[in-house]
Amino acid sequence: MHSFLLSKIEVGSHLYVNFSDSLHLHGETIFVSTLVVTTICLFLILGTRDLNKVPGNSQNVLEVIYDLVKSIAVTQMGPSYYSQFLPFVATIFLFVLGSNVAGALIPWKLIEIPSGELAAPTNDINTTACLAILTSIAYFFAGLKIKGLGFFKRYIKPAIFFLPLNIVEDFSKPLSLNFRLFGNVVADELTVAVICSLVPILIPLPVMMLGLFASCLQALIFATLAAAYIGEVIE
Amino acid sequence: MVDSIVSAASVIAAAIAVGFAGVGPGIGQGNAAGQAVEGIARQPEAEGKIRGTLLLSLAFMESLTIYGLVVALSVLFANPFLG
Repeated sequence: MHSFLLSKIEVGSHLYVNFSDSLHLHGETIFVSTLVVTTICLFLILGTRDLNKVPGNSQNVLEVIYDLVKSIAVTQMGPSYYSQFLPFVATIFLFVLGSNVAGALIPWKLIEIPSGELAAPTNDINTTACLAILTSIAYFFAGLKIKGLGFFKRYIKPAIFFLPLNIVEDFSKPLSLNFRLFGNVVADELTVAVICSLVPILIPLPVMMLGLFASCLQALIFATLAAAYIGEVIE
Repeated sequence: MVDSIVSAASVIAAAIAVGFAGVGPGIGQGNAAGQAVEGIARQPEAEGKIRGTLLLSLAFMESLTIYGLVVALSVLFANPFLG
């Protein structure tokens, strides 16, 4: 494949783990996302093991996260339905937040691998596509579960000739979710990489801070949009 | 020969995509930030709420620019028109 190399900035090169001719995995994405999931699970399990009336350090952090996620779910889906879809929204939020922050905070460049480089899992478009498709499945499931077959009435609202637009919307929603997250993460890393190749010392720091902030914001936005799409079909 | 023409056209297309994708969201973000400052000046006690909403909507507008960036990146790094 043809690719441009500008001072060792690469996009779309991966460490392929081959199972057979047609089946291969992106090794670095799988590795980092497994690490992120394990860390989050350990943190959540250890933090909630002995709950006290007066919260300790980790319980405090977890309560803040829970309040945040719950407020997202309640504002988007309303107080009567939010509890069924809170786990989904919270999972999406924690995974995206964890992987973005892991990509921004851990100095992955110190570890050399044969091809590609270790970075945030959301840096790979397959991860974000998977999250976006999961969101699609979740809102179809939510609509069918709560409204039954009346769910399909939403396609001919507000009038019958809106049908094609509403069908296109079903495809454009996951596409925009996908590109938004992927593009933001890649844009952050590219900006830092370009500035690092120009001035390697001290100058990239504020940009890195901005990237860290934007990463957290993207997690919030992905969770908000997922909740909003679910809320839209069940209202 | 054809490949080099396609490469040159891809670079120009990437530049145009990012450049024009920046225009609209730039105007929108400027409007939003200006209105937010106006709102804070009129009602300083609502600053926290306004800031939260502003950041969220700025990030939504930012994503429009990012779509342009994604197109530019795919044209540069994963060009479908090169054989």
